[in-house]
Amino acid sequence: MKVFMEGSHAVAEAIKMIKPGVVCAYPITPQTHIVERLSEMVADGALESEYVNVESEHSAASVVLGSTATGVRSYTATSSQGLILMSEVLFNIAGMRLPVILTCVNRALSAPINIWNDHQDSMAVRDAGWMQFYAENNQELHDLHFIAYKIAENKDIMLPAMVCMDGFILSHGYEVLDLAIQDQVDKYLPPYKPAYKLDPKEPLTMGLLGAPDVYMETRYAIQKTMDEVLPVIEKEEQEFEKIFGRELPLLIEEYRLKDADKVLIAMGSICGTIKDAVDGLRERGEKVGLLKIVCYRPFPANKIYEALKRVKKIGVVDKAISLGSSGPLHLEVAALMQSKREAQPISGFIAGLGGRDIRPKTIVKIFNLMDREPQSARFIDLNKWYKEESAIMVS
Amino acid sequence: MQEDLFVAGHTACAGCGQSLAARIVLNAAGRDTIITNATGCLEVFSTGFPQTAWRVPFIHSLFENASAVASGIEVGLKALGIKDGVNVISQGGDGGTADIGLQSLSGMLERGHDILYVMYDNEAYMNTGIQRSGMTPAYANTTTSPPGKLSLGNPQPKKNMAAICAAHDIPYSTTASVGYPRDIERKVKKAISIKGPKFLHIFVPCPLGWRHDPSATEKIAKLAVETGLFPVVEYESGNISKVMQFKELKPVNEFLKTQGRFKHLMKDSPEIKEAIEFLNKIVQENVKRYSLIKQ
Repeated sequence: MKVFMEGSHAVAEAIKMIKPGVVCAYPITPQTHIVERLSEMVADGALESEYVNVESEHSAASVVLGSTATGVRSYTATSSQGLILMSEVLFNIAGMRLPVILTCVNRALSAPINIWNDHQDSMAVRDAGWMQFYAENNQELHDLHFIAYKIAENKDIMLPAMVCMDGFILSHGYEVLDLAIQDQVDKYLPPYKPAYKLDPKEPLTMGLLGAPDVYMETRYAIQKTMDEVLPVIEKEEQEFEKIFGRELPLLIEEYRLKDADKVLIAMGSICGTIKDAVDGLRERGEKVGLLKIVCYRPFPANKIYEALKRVKKIGVVDKAISLGSSGPLHLEVAALMQSKREAQPISGFIAGLGGRDIRPKTIVKIFNLMDREPQSARFIDLNKWYKEESAIMVS
Repeated sequence: MQEDLFVAGHTACAGCGQSLAARIVLNAAGRDTIITNATGCLEVFSTGFPQTAWRVPFIHSLFENASAVASGIEVGLKALGIKDGVNVISQGGDGGTADIGLQSLSGMLERGHDILYVMYDNEAYMNTGIQRSGMTPAYANTTTSPPGKLSLGNPQPKKNMAAICAAHDIPYSTTASVGYPRDIERKVKKAISIKGPKFLHIFVPCPLGWRHDPSATEKIAKLAVETGLFPVVEYESGNISKVMQFKELKPVNEFLKTQGRFKHLMKDSPEIKEAIEFLNKIVQENVKRYSLIKQ
């Protein structure tokens, strides 16, 4: 069913159809529209869930940890500082192999305080043991939630997943999208049947003390599962298309890449802008393309390598920076390509931090900069006054 | 004979007040119980993989979120339609409860979850090696509040956690001491019979941290109450409803002299005299506030 809908509400509609038994979140901009809509649904009886208003994101994550441990499908959402406040619990959820799903409405981190979009928040927790999917548009965003639950709750996987969406750009942006139908969702996503849960009839201890003789094995187990997730995701891609009748790239998407000499790699809504820019440059005869990464954790290294191995010049656009190094995606791609045969030049671009606008002309500029000596973290569209005065900014 | 649900084989120190209290609490609550535990001694000494001392479902997550995890379990059980008949007990030490976990505890009480929170108070961060907490009594020697040329130990008195919890207008908030096991048992049974959030503060001596003889745990636990330093009281719906009273109180020195952590007070100096006066003042205030003396 085609609807014209705000991104946040597209998420809420997906969650309604997924029917979690517990929804728990703390308000933070720009995540709020999702949980406001969910709380309305609960208040109206449209969604039969226990909706818990907590006193912090740390507790929101802890509540869904507890409810998932009792064997109940649970949901939370957050942004920015909220995700960072949750970060301790995120590691814990993954370590306990609890399939919690979280929507991260990506937003910059303080200081200075900034409510606008970049990917610094989810990148800061990339090592927590959660799967991470990045949506380009609201259709993907809506659909990724069904798949996130399906994969996370797979008895062979049992890992939490984060669906990442660009704050304001997607969360507050309206788009036409094809809303799922409840029957399709019910067919695709069976009720959650946990492999283990807290039940007085069958007592078990969760979250034990893991001494040096066992801790490393727990990490190995998660790493091994992350490898095993990739073929499961590919299978789900087909399963999803069969039931919902639409394609959804889950690992990567190649856009005009087959014969491209220059390729940009990016994640999230910026991919739409890059596609526009690629179309424009192609009209001028430039052989450019895009490699969109949807699944960042686990990192689909082989797929990415296959897509890039014949490309002459690679550029990575990051909406985050590992300060003192380069963009997290750039680091990842550079490490991957360097580990194989002869590596192509790989340029890293930092763009769109804290909501700085990225337009098609910015993308064209980035493509042109790929002809220069590669830098690992070239900041795009810095303010002129900053460069001219070499001002020391104190936040 | 009563079946033990918290079983032998764990690695608690000899004379550990917390392990005694935990067994009393769980046995009183019974088999249909789910426990969440904050990081701390109890969790560490009872759940070393692949062993566990818990014969009921038990989950440890982090230091400060036991109350929030318990909240999640309670709503999870509600979502499953099986909350009635299952006791949710959240527990932690004094650090995990009164310091780092105070926010999540307050949230849990405020939201009205049907959970019993048990704080095992051994008056310091014992799991990391005897550092001061918000529940450490005045003048105690801990590794982060040592007495020295300019100090007589911990500068502040204990926080009144049972009153803080009672101020959330919860149905039941109470203190107890492991010196009185039957009292704990009665309070746990009473607490789980009441719907809503309940708080139980149990005073549990720590032979390692307090430097006392392991066999003296029960005696010291009683002395804290008998000297008026640790009043045993019950609050129902915010008001004091019951107090453990005495005909007369023992001098505070009777309690202090049993433990190495107060050894520096066993000398004669104007500063120490002042310190003992301060402790006596705390006792006098307790006497007034709780009517500790039976008339």
